[in-house]
Formats: sequence, structure tokens, C-alpha cells
Amino acid sequence: MTHTPQRSRPLRVLAAMSGGVDSAVAAARAAEAGHDVTGVHLALSANPQSFRTGARGCCTIEDSRDARRAADVIGIPFYVWDLADRFREDVVEDFVAEYEAGRTPNPCLRCNEKIKFAALLDKALALGFDAVCTGHYAKVIVHEDGTRELHRASDMAKDQSYVLGVLDDRQLAHAMFPLGDTVTTKDEIRAEAERRGLAVAKKPDSHDICFIADGDTQGFLANRLGRSEGDIVDESGNRLGTHEGAYGFTIGQRKGLRIGTPAPDGKPRYVLDISPVTNTVTVGPADALDVSALTAIKPRWCGVAPTGPGTYTAQLRAHGGETEVTAELVDGRLEVSFAEPVRGVAPGQAIVLYDGTRVVGSATIASTRRATAGVA
Amino acid sequence: MAYLDHAATTPMLPEAAEALTAHLGATGNASSLHASGRQARRTVEEARETLAEALGARPSEVVFTSGGTEADNLAVKGLYWSRRDADPARTRVLASPVEHHAVLDAVHWLGEHEGATIEYLPVDIHGRVHPDALREAIARNPDDVALATVMWANNEIGTILPIRELADAAAEFGVPLHSDAVQAFGQTPVDFAASGLAAMTVSGHKIGGPYGIGALILGREHTPVPVLHGGGQERHVRSGTLDVPAIASFAVAGRLAAEQREWFAREIGALRDALVAAVREAVPDAILGGDPDPEGRLPANAHFTFPGCEGDSLLLLLDAQGIECSTGSACTAGVAQPSHVLLATGTDPDLARGTLRFSLGHTSTEADVEALAKAIGPAVERARAAGLT
Repeated sequence: MTHTPQRSRPLRVLAAMSGGVDSAVAAARAAEAGHDVTGVHLALSANPQSFRTGARGCCTIEDSRDARRAADVIGIPFYVWDLADRFREDVVEDFVAEYEAGRTPNPCLRCNEKIKFAALLDKALALGFDAVCTGHYAKVIVHEDGTRELHRASDMAKDQSYVLGVLDDRQLAHAMFPLGDTVTTKDEIRAEAERRGLAVAKKPDSHDICFIADGDTQGFLANRLGRSEGDIVDESGNRLGTHEGAYGFTIGQRKGLRIGTPAPDGKPRYVLDISPVTNTVTVGPADALDVSALTAIKPRWCGVAPTGPGTYTAQLRAHGGETEVTAELVDGRLEVSFAEPVRGVAPGQAIVLYDGTRVVGSATIASTRRATAGVA
Repeated sequence: MAYLDHAATTPMLPEAAEALTAHLGATGNASSLHASGRQARRTVEEARETLAEALGARPSEVVFTSGGTEADNLAVKGLYWSRRDADPARTRVLASPVEHHAVLDAVHWLGEHEGATIEYLPVDIHGRVHPDALREAIARNPDDVALATVMWANNEIGTILPIRELADAAAEFGVPLHSDAVQAFGQTPVDFAASGLAAMTVSGHKIGGPYGIGALILGREHTPVPVLHGGGQERHVRSGTLDVPAIASFAVAGRLAAEQREWFAREIGALRDALVAAVREAVPDAILGGDPDPEGRLPANAHFTFPGCEGDSLLLLLDAQGIECSTGSACTAGVAQPSHVLLATGTDPDLARGTLRFSLGHTSTEADVEALAKAIGPAVERARAAGLT
């Protein structure tokens, strides 16, 4: 196996620059490695806000300016590309529709699949670029026979391979992640940014959903979907309270249920199920959240699809831990069973399968089966 | 490197740079009464006279500003306020829809915040306002018109507008006409006295002078309400300590722009014609924007629409080969929008996204045109493959 995180031949690279510190350092490293780098900031909001409000997003004129400033310091050309229409269609509308259907989507994953490594990559390739470079923490390893693999970043604490798990072989062939080899803390990336003269060195990290500037996801959804009062019930169907829209809940959620009466056993209650058809939210004890198996749809493989059942480690959410699973492709659907029950698995989220550090593939969770009696 | 973006800014003339640096070391506020002040004032007044002569204006009609944008704002807002103060009925502002944003946004602001009614004058496919269109617009109610503003030459497509005839039409009703002549100065004859304008904007860095200096040429009978209040400099119309080195340098550039205008029109015009021919040969379906008659457009301007291409893609591909030009349209956070000029001239919005403006200047050479001739064909082919996102 040949480990070639930085391919030796100089490439024409399009560096996606959000205005944050990671993508700026990634672009700088690609340029320093001898590649011919051009920076591009994606305008993803039709009406970008002038200034950041509260948590940092990726949709402000200020971010665009920060990215341009970094590109100027690195000494690379810089452009802003307007992908707002595509982003609205493929990411924002999908996000709203998924919540409306009672699922919990991951818009970052969707953005990587549909925008950064689709709309952006296609345009880049057409314009003569060889690769798209981002500030994600993940590694692409190319073997001597030309096959390639996506791996977790060297620094597990920083690893972002989960949100890249949707990329297929063709997309990976044109992806460059210069930060993947870094075993470091964010402080060291910041120190590197500072050393390189990048003013974004002191910029706060982004955590939130970039198109919800104030971080208020519930408010955003309420605004889009309207308020629709429904029941909160227990597992036996007894009405415990009301809510203002089933879409406002996530499986495993504990806070914000506003049920006046405590559970008979005095233990906290969690959201077990969301039914958009009846606009009902079912709550129950923590152990009812335990899931032993799930079915996931729309599988995507990094390389060839596995045949027969296999043992993998799985990751179920962006900052989640690993868990042992057996997975098998049955009629185009991924059937997964867990070695130990896992808690709080939400339909809509992605399951990413790993073989050691290697990303095998991903799929979207469609339904789960409880470890205890009953089906969620 | 082929710099084909002189309409954005053109290299400073050596003579202008020399004048600028010569005055940077001198102390003296032109408003001071002592010897240093007197020396500064002399420099400013000589510059004023030089610039007035270059523009066919009286020295007292030259009001120095921080640039074209400020001069446009002063003319549009200041004349609106003063005309409305004199007669509250005057709240209608007539403007061409192809104005630079410095005028367009100032006019829009008056509509949003000062109760103005904005009326955009019709233009033909070359972006030209017909004098009868202005006449007709004013005649509908001559008493409620505060002012009219029509640029002398368009910064994107290079069309020269019939300012003299437009000023005549406005004068029939006693309506002041302002014109943004930032692009026209140095390229087409600009004579303020002969034009009949009330006010006219010029800028330093577009003619080989420094950034940050411009002037509103303001007829003596007009007293716009100031935008900047303060020490009462510049006929109490534009307060602020005068930038003596920039003013001296601007005047040198202005004198040379007037002196060399015929040479410029002939030589740079011929180079522009070669550029247009080369682009058409490489990309037969490229559409020349603006007036195809060389007499009707700025000699340094060539504007093209490339069907099926995004202007941004072309810009990137040409930039990668050291060819610097512009899409000619305005930006919001760097996001390209279809040009308001093209939309006003009736261009299809999708087509309007695929435009490039090539603008030549005093340092342009045949080599620049050759570089573009070689690069444009493959760039268009590639941009077409990338398509419209």
C-alpha cells in the first residue's frame, strides 16, 4: 500500500474557502505543496447577511471577505460562485422536507454530496481543474493500482470522515483534504494560520447549520412549516400533553417536552417516535430508545459494494462514537444489526460503515428495531 | 500580463505620479492664511484652473471631491434637496436606467428616504436615452421635476449618449441635468460650457490620475445642499481639507487627457477595433454590446456577450492565463448578478450572465490584443462545457 496523501504531480486545484480557519490552512497547504490553487467561496444564501449574528455561519458577506482576504495572503486567485439556487433546492428544501416527514437530516453531509462534490466539482472539472480541496479532516489513500480509499483523519478527535461518507469513488478521485494527516489540536491549526499571516487565525469555529444564522432550528422550521398542534402520548397511547408541530422533535430528545405530569416511575422521558401523519410524538423511558437493528436506504459505497454480511464499525451521527455492527445488502437496502443495543437512533440520519479507519460506505437510516418489545 | 480593465482603473501617468510625489512632502492647509497655506492654496487653484480648461469649465465651477461616487451623490442628492427646498412640489427624479451604481443607488435612496418619485427613462438597445424621451417625461409635469441625470458614456457597454441634446431638452423646462462623465473624459470631447449641463462628474483614477480624487463640475447658478458639512471649503458645497497632492496630480492627468484625446481616440480606437475583430474571429457567435458604430461608443471599450457561458467562468479562465478583464456587472459579496445595463437594453437575463468587458488604455499594446485573441476561443469552449449553474 502506498500512502500518498499529497499527490506529487502538480494539480490544478479549486479550494473551497468558507472564510474559516480550516479551509484557509487547507488551501495554503495545497498551494505550498506546489499545486496551482484557485480559491472559491460558495455563496449559498440568496440574501447573504452583511454581518455575523451570533454563531458563525457560512453565509455572510463577512465570511466571503474573510475568505478573499486569506486567498490574497496565500497569493491565489479568488472567486465567489453563486450556488444559492442549487443549495436551496438540494440542501435547505431537503432539510425542511425531512423534518416534515419526521426524520432528522444532516445537512452538512447533504451539502458535501450534492454541492461541494457535485455541483462545485462538476463545474471545476469542466473548467479544467483536477480536484476540489476542502478543510475537512479526512484522508484519501491511493494504492499503487490506482484504487483509492477514504480514511478517518489521523487525529480521531478531529475526524470528519462521517460527513464525507456519502462520496463515491469518482468524487473521491477529485477530492483533496490537506488537513487529513494533521495530528493536532485546533490551536495548532490556528498557530499555523497565524504563522502564514492568515487573519482568520482567531476566528471562532463554526458548529451550527450555516443557513440558520441564529442557531434556532425550531424557529426556522416553525417559520417554514407553520405551527400545528398535536398530541404527546406515552407508549400505550395515553395523552400526556400537546406540542406545536411534530417536526420540532428528534428521537432521543429529552428537553423541551413540557409535559406537566412526571412519569409513574419518576424517570425522565424521551422522544421515542415521531409520526408526521397523525402529528403525534411518542415518549417513554430511556431504555425504550435502545435499538438492536436498523434498515437504511440509498447506500453509497466508497469503492465496490460488499457482498454478503460483514462486520464493521458504524458511526451514527457527526460527533458520535463507534459501535460494532453486522451489515448486509438485501435488495438494495442495508440491514444492520448491532452487537450491543445503541440509544437514540433517528431515521434520516446517516449510518457510515468503517473497516478499521477505512470508510466502506454510507446509507440513510429508514427505520429502527427496538431492543425491548415494540417497534419504533 | 494583458491588462484589459482600464475602465476599472488605468495606470497612473508618470507625469501625474511625479506631481503627486512632488507635493506629498509639502506642508500646508489650503485654508490657512500663512505662507505654507498660501503655497498650498496656490497649488490647488492652479490645478483648478488647469482642470477647468481641460473640461471647458470656469475654475469656480470645479468642486473637488473624494472621487466620482461622492461627486455623483453630491449632484443627485444635493440638487434634489435644493430644488425641493425651493419648491416642495419638485420631487420627481428622472434617471437613465443604465447609470453607474453611484448614481443609481443615490437616486434609489432618494426614493426610499426622501419621498422622491423615481422615473427611469426609456433607452434603446444600445442604452441610449433619446432627447425626446426626456422631453416627453418632463413635459408630463414640468413643475414637479427636481432634476434629471443621464451619464455621458456608459461604463459597461461604452455607448456615448447625446448629452448636448438632452441638456437642451431639459433646459426648455428649466430642469437641471447632471451627467456622470467619468468614463467619457479623455475618450470623447467633453466640454462643460458647450454641453449645457448643470453638473458633471469626473474622476482622477480613470484618466491616469490618483485614486480618491474627483470633481463635480457645477454650474455657478446651482447650489446643491451639501452632503458633507464642515469647514465650508469648495463654495460651501463640499467641506473638508483639500487633498493638495491628489488635486495637483489630478490636474496634470486631466490636462494630458484633454491634450491626448485625439491621439487616444485614433490609436486606442484602432487597437480596440483589432480586438473586436479578433474576438469575433475566434468566437463567431459572440455578440458585441453597445453601439456597433465606432462613432457612437468609447474608443477604448469592447463589450461582448458569449452565449451559453457564465461571465465568471470566462473571467477565471482568462485570469489563469494572465488576461485581466471584467464581467462589467456589479457584485454583491462578489456574487455576479446580471448587469442592470444589459437588462435595461432588453437583453435576455440568461445571456446577460455571459458578458465580458475589455477596456483599453494608454498602456495597451498589440501584444495585449494578441494574447486575448489566442486565449478567448478555448476559454469560451471550456466555459460553455461548464455551462450555467
